[in-house]
Parts: sequence; structure tokens; C-alpha cells
Amino acid sequence: MQTFYTDLLCIGGGLAGERVAVEAAQAGFDCIILSLVPPRRSHSCAAQGGMQAALGNCAMGEGDNPDIHFEDTVKGSDWGCDQEVARLFADTAPIVMRELAFWGVPWNRVVPGPATYFKGGQKFEVYEKEEKAGLITARAFGGTAKWRTCYTSDGTGHCVLYTLDSKVLELGVKIHDRVEALSLIHDGENCFGVVARSLRTGELLVYFAKAVLIATGGYGRLYKHTTNAVINQGTGLILALDTGIVPLGNMEAVQFHPTGIVPTDILVTEGCRGDGGTLLDKNGYRFMPDYEPEKAELASRDVVSRRMTEHMRKGFGVKSPYGEHLWLDIRHLGEKHITTKLREVYDICQNFLGINPVHELIPVRPTQHYSMGGVRTNKDGAAYGLKGLFAAGEAACWDLHGFNRLGGNSLAETVVAGRIVGAKIVEFLKGYEVDIKTQYATAEVKKQEERINELKSKQGRENVYQLRNEMQEIMMEKVGIFRNEKDLQEAVNRLQELLDRSKNLGLVSDGIGANPELAEALRLPGMIKVALCIAYGALQRKESRGAHYREDYPYRNDKEWLNRTLAYWEEGADLPTLKYEPASKVFYLPPGDRGYGEGKVIPKDDNTEEKE
Amino acid sequence: MGRTLQFEIFRYNPMDPNSKPRMQTYYLEEKENMTLFLALNEIRETLDPSLQFDFVCRAAVCGSCAMVINGRPGLACKTKTKDLPDKITLHPLPVFKLIGDLSVDTGIWFRGVAKKIEAWVHTNKTFDPNALEERMDNELANQIFELDRCIECGCCIAACGTARMREDFLGAATINRIARFYIDPRDERSDQEYYEVIGTDEGVFGCMGLLGCEDVCPRNIPLLDQIGIIRRKMAIASTGGKVGRLFSVFAKKKK
Repeated sequence: MQTFYTDLLCIGGGLAGERVAVEAAQAGFDCIILSLVPPRRSHSCAAQGGMQAALGNCAMGEGDNPDIHFEDTVKGSDWGCDQEVARLFADTAPIVMRELAFWGVPWNRVVPGPATYFKGGQKFEVYEKEEKAGLITARAFGGTAKWRTCYTSDGTGHCVLYTLDSKVLELGVKIHDRVEALSLIHDGENCFGVVARSLRTGELLVYFAKAVLIATGGYGRLYKHTTNAVINQGTGLILALDTGIVPLGNMEAVQFHPTGIVPTDILVTEGCRGDGGTLLDKNGYRFMPDYEPEKAELASRDVVSRRMTEHMRKGFGVKSPYGEHLWLDIRHLGEKHITTKLREVYDICQNFLGINPVHELIPVRPTQHYSMGGVRTNKDGAAYGLKGLFAAGEAACWDLHGFNRLGGNSLAETVVAGRIVGAKIVEFLKGYEVDIKTQYATAEVKKQEERINELKSKQGRENVYQLRNEMQEIMMEKVGIFRNEKDLQEAVNRLQELLDRSKNLGLVSDGIGANPELAEALRLPGMIKVALCIAYGALQRKESRGAHYREDYPYRNDKEWLNRTLAYWEEGADLPTLKYEPASKVFYLPPGDRGYGEGKVIPKDDNTEEKE
Repeated sequence: MGRTLQFEIFRYNPMDPNSKPRMQTYYLEEKENMTLFLALNEIRETLDPSLQFDFVCRAAVCGSCAMVINGRPGLACKTKTKDLPDKITLHPLPVFKLIGDLSVDTGIWFRGVAKKIEAWVHTNKTFDPNALEERMDNELANQIFELDRCIECGCCIAACGTARMREDFLGAATINRIARFYIDPRDERSDQEYYEVIGTDEGVFGCMGLLGCEDVCPRNIPLLDQIGIIRRKMAIASTGGKVGRLFSVFAKKKK
């Protein structure tokens, strides 16, 4: 058995994993990154829009500061976030953007002089100040009081990822790509490393580390329609859940992005609406101002997604062979804007739809996009339950986003949390020694070998792809944008059946080497468990908050539900055990009205009036 | 629609002692808006679950799925079947190490060349968290972005005559990467230092000008221009800058 030793093992080579690795390597610690794919191919590279940081350089961002960013974030989260974390994040974000600029990110910069922008299809002019010339500029994103989203055209994720990967290279961080972690090695108190499988050869590998970071991104592929890359199957969450002692936080908080294209579900950036794009119905009518007079298309994503679904339910959707959709209109932004600042959108339309967005409308519908929930950590990024285990980025529930995250906050979170959690891991590693108990590795390897041999023996009758497809359909139909008791209960029941059937998986192929069917079969039972955490958490949460919308409980209920769900999976169980903790230890910003959305609230204190 | 597509796919599993390199045939009903991403996944899920290939973003931005499609390197995810004949032949990219079937190890290759050219910003400054960022002209930021857009898919390397003949050739993507750092004022390397990493036959002087790289680049990056620019800069650097002054005198006279 090949065995590796290191100080810090980062599982996941996207922005969060790499930013943490940079922090540890700069402090002189040995670091290995495990990644399913070469790090530059991580899903972070697909993020087009940008990163929020209150730099306040551009004219429309004037007067911005971390206080306003903090408030926007808490409102966006529908008061579900940890306010200490939101504070820390808003304060640190500007430094991190400047640091990225220092390392080589080609942020777009302020161009002084008069500038023309669009808002909701209307042209307007502002004057960019001479004294701000050449500083990092920003664009508008939903749910924000100021223009705050730093960007590099429409390739922000790509540029930042390539820059961070260049730092990783410079600092000599070891990259083990095409390796999948299968389970954590731990004794119930300390985490020692992972058992992994090479996706080149199929062999099992052991990694021992003083600290392990889970930074594997989201779980979009639990849903049938998702903007996520095909590797976003929640593999890191499975590692944590399988320990039985590390909980997943707020798994029912799932974000749907308003503009996934139909039929391929590829995301077109919120930058389209931020730059002035509008949403139209089957009659070419711009409907969002009717629902959200103030913010219109730029209300937060949960609100826009619900309003779009609501409008389609009223019969205003455009029928297509792939289901109903609405239109995104960016034609008025003009060819130059679309082919430069929104070129990725232009390319996607040309490549995958065969249309030209300069002249034609883009078919869009709300599509699963982001997981607010994840491995629950404290504000230092340390996972609950196991010493030496950390998490950051989308895989973590840090918890910056609560029940809805703002566009531009997640991409920023990867690097801001990466810097903060990285520094905390460095603190943790200094002088830390752990007695690695190899018997736990031996036992874990044996367990994985048995699973693999059983799958290869072909005694099971269930087909991995069929089961996976069934799971994806259940999640899409029953645990989507609008939720209710009946559907959620049915989802839970059917997912439990699937979990049972997944014990009887058998391969069709031989399973030799880097066999993709075997890899999928090893993941699937864990994926179904994660799906159950989402569905069961949603069933139990009898209120509507952020992206979690219950038709049968349409009010945000601060009296009973101003809390965070913690889902544990006990060995042999067929349902997660749910516990709850307060949403935030401190409330710098007391629960109130978001200023957009449905806004029905049952207040925490009976004496205060009900807010409409 | 209504076509039956005939796929001829290269198969070989190096981990299986009984596997021999061969072509295997699959038939699939064509569907509306079908891409090679959808087609290959359908083959895997319904016909042959052992088939190896790589997709990540399936939106033409991650660079994972490059393969040789009817003789031409390209991204499978954005290749629509309706643009292809009834018979579709798929091979893995040449030059790169084969993992199995259509899957090749582009990640390790690109990491290797990035290390050779030290593809990061070289600076003697240290970051000051309390200072404003250094100013940059937005036009320059856009120019850097243009060159930074390369997704390292490997198409240009697979289509390169030099890369096929000499294993150590850095290739167009790598020279473009150098060009990206060369125009970035944050990278303080001198022309001489750049010359040392790229002014060789394995670097910019190895290019035979066969133009295959730019033809197949899925990002439409002007690779030839970049090779030309860097080659000229490096030629000037090799003379210690003397020829450069000469060039600039000519350039002025021309105007």
C-alpha cells in the first residue's frame, strides 16, 4: 500500500483548497492537495461573475464599506448566517482581493471619466473619478446596496484559480490529482488522514496528515438539473457524514440560480442582470418589476427564482420540449458589451444553444446552483466533532450564507475563508503532534477493499446509473424551489428505498483499473445519504427562510426556527439524526425585513409587531 | 434527427493485462441538441460502463474533454453531433500519457511545463495588507486577461508538428503563458531571464510555424501572434538588446 505523510492534506484543489494550501505552505508546512481532477479543471474555474469586496472604488460603489457588505450578507441569508463569520468575511474581503491582485489576478480597473451603464434595461450615466483611476472596479450583483463585485471580464473564477495554482506551484505544494478520498481515518476524537483511490490505476492509497481540510465544493449533481460540474457530487460531505460524529449544517438550504440555460443547465452569469439584462415572459413582457418593484431582476437569487417559478405557474412560461422556461434579454447591452464583458455568455449561447444573444433571447429557468449547507465548522473552519478536521468553501457550512447566499459572495468566500481558515490551520499545526494510530487505517482500507470486491463480484443486481438517475429526479421534483409536507415525505420515503437498494449494487463492467462505473458505485450510497439529509432537513423545517420555501409554512418563523440544522448519520441508520443550534451566537443585526421578497415574518419576540 | 450514429472509439485499458489497443463500435440514436458529452455519457450508462473519458464543466471552460474528433483535436463537450457525419471516430489526444480509452493526462503535462517556465509572478516586493492595490490601466488588465484565457486543454499541443517530433517542446499554450507574464508589469523578470527559460529549441525557437495550434484553439487565442512576439523579443534579448534598438530605429523610419 502506498502511504503518504504530510502536515496538511487538502481534499479538493479548487479555490478554497488552494488558498488554504498557500497559507500553510507560506508558513513552511508540508502540504498535499488531493483532487479528483487537475486543480485548474476544478469547478471554481467556471465561475464567471465575480467576488464581492467593499473596496468602494467605482462610482456606483462609492461610500461602500464592510458594514454595508455585512448587512447585505445577513439580509441575503435571511438571518440564517453566523453573524461573527459574516463580519469577519466582510472585513477581510478587501484585503484578499488586493492580495490576489498582488499575485497576478488581472482585475478589471476603474476607467476615469463618464461611463454608461444599464439598470433594468435603462441607460444611465455616471462619472468615474480621476483619483480612483486604475484601482479595482466592481459590477452590480443581486441583493447588494452598492456595486461591489470585483471581476475579470467574465472569467473571474478562471483567472483567480490560475493565479492561485501558480502560487501553489511556486510554493512547492504537492498535487496528487485524479485521486478520490473514500473515507477519513480517525479514532472518534482525532482525524489522522484518509483512505483514497487512484482514478488513474484504481489502487487504494493511504494519506496520513496532522490536519485534513475538506474543500470539495458543492453537491449539485444530486439534482437532475444543476449548473454544477459533473464532479460536484458531494464527495467531501460523504467523508464527514460517514464518521457519524461530524455533522452537516443546514443541508436543506439549496440555492437555485435564476438563469440556467435550457436544455443543458449551463449557467449564464448574474452579471447579465447586473449589467442590465431583463427577464421576459412568453409575451415578451418584463414581469419582475410587478413582483419586486424596487430590486426587480436584482433581488436575491432565492426571490428571483421563486418569482420566475410563480410566473410560469400562472401560465406565462414558454413551452419547449425540455419543459417551460422564460427569456433572458441582454440585446440592449449591445454587441461590444456582450462580446467583451459577457463573452462567456456569448460563447455559451453560440456553442450550446446555437443562438446569438446580441439579437436573440436566451431561454432560461431556475436551476440548482449552490449548496449553502455543508460540513459544519466553527468560525476558525474547524469541523465539529473531530480534532484536526477542517472545511472551507462551498463544502463547508462556515456559515456565511445562512439560507441564501448573494451572488459574488461564494466565490469571495472560497479565498477569504481560505485565508482565514488557512491561518487558523497554521496556528493549529504549530507545535502540534498527533499519535497516528495505524490500526484505524488498516481497518478502513480493509473496509474499502471489501466494498470494492463485493461490487466487482457482480452479485448485486442494482444498476448504479439507474439508481443515481432516480435519486436526481426525486430531488428535482420533490425537494426543489417550492416545497411541502407531502412531497418532502414522499421524497424521504423514496430516498430511503433507494438507500436500501444501493446495498445491492452490482457492476455491469469488470471494474478493472480506473473504472468509472466502480467509482460511481462507491460514491452512490453516500450521495443518497446526503440527499436524505437535505430532504429530511427540509421536511422538518416548518417555515420559509431564504431558499428554503415551504408552501405550507410561508412565514419566516424567528420564534421557532432562528436556528441551524445539524445532520448526523449514525452507523446503520436509515435517516439522519437532526439537532439544532442557534443561527448565530451574536446578532449585530437583529432579525428584520430583508427589503425584498415575500417578507412575511413571525418575530422572535411576541411583543414586536408582525412585519409584512 | 432520426439518424443512427456510428461511433468508432479507441479502447485500451493499460491496467488490464488482457486489454489490447483497438477500435470499438457503438451505435446510438441521435437526439435533438446532442453533444459528444451527452452521447458519450449515454454510451457509458447504457452500452459500456467501462468506457473512460473526462468531462468536468461540460461548458467549454475547464479544458478536460479534449480528444481527437474525426481526426481533429477539439473539445468534446461543445461538439454537436449535428455538425458531424453519421460515422464519428474518437481517439485520445496524442503527445499526452494515456490513462485509458479517451482519457489522457494533460494535468501532469501542463504542470511540468509550468514548472519549467516558472509560470508565476516573480517579484521582490512583499504584500502590504494595509496598502491600496497598485494601479493598473484597465486596457492592460484586459490584455493580460486575453492571454490568461487559455484553458490548457492540450488541443494546440496535440496539433503541433514540433510537439509530435520532440518530446521536450513546450508548445503554443506554454509560450502563450510566457507572453501573459511578459506583458504583466507585476512580474519583474528581465528579458534575459525570460530568454533563459524560453529562448531555446524546446521553447520559442522550436516552432516550425505549421499553424496547427491556432487552427484548433477552442478559445480562439491568437497563438501565432504570441509566438511571433515572444520570438522577436527573445531574439532581441539574445543580442543583449543591441538589435532591439536597431529594430526600433527601423520601426520609426517606416512610419
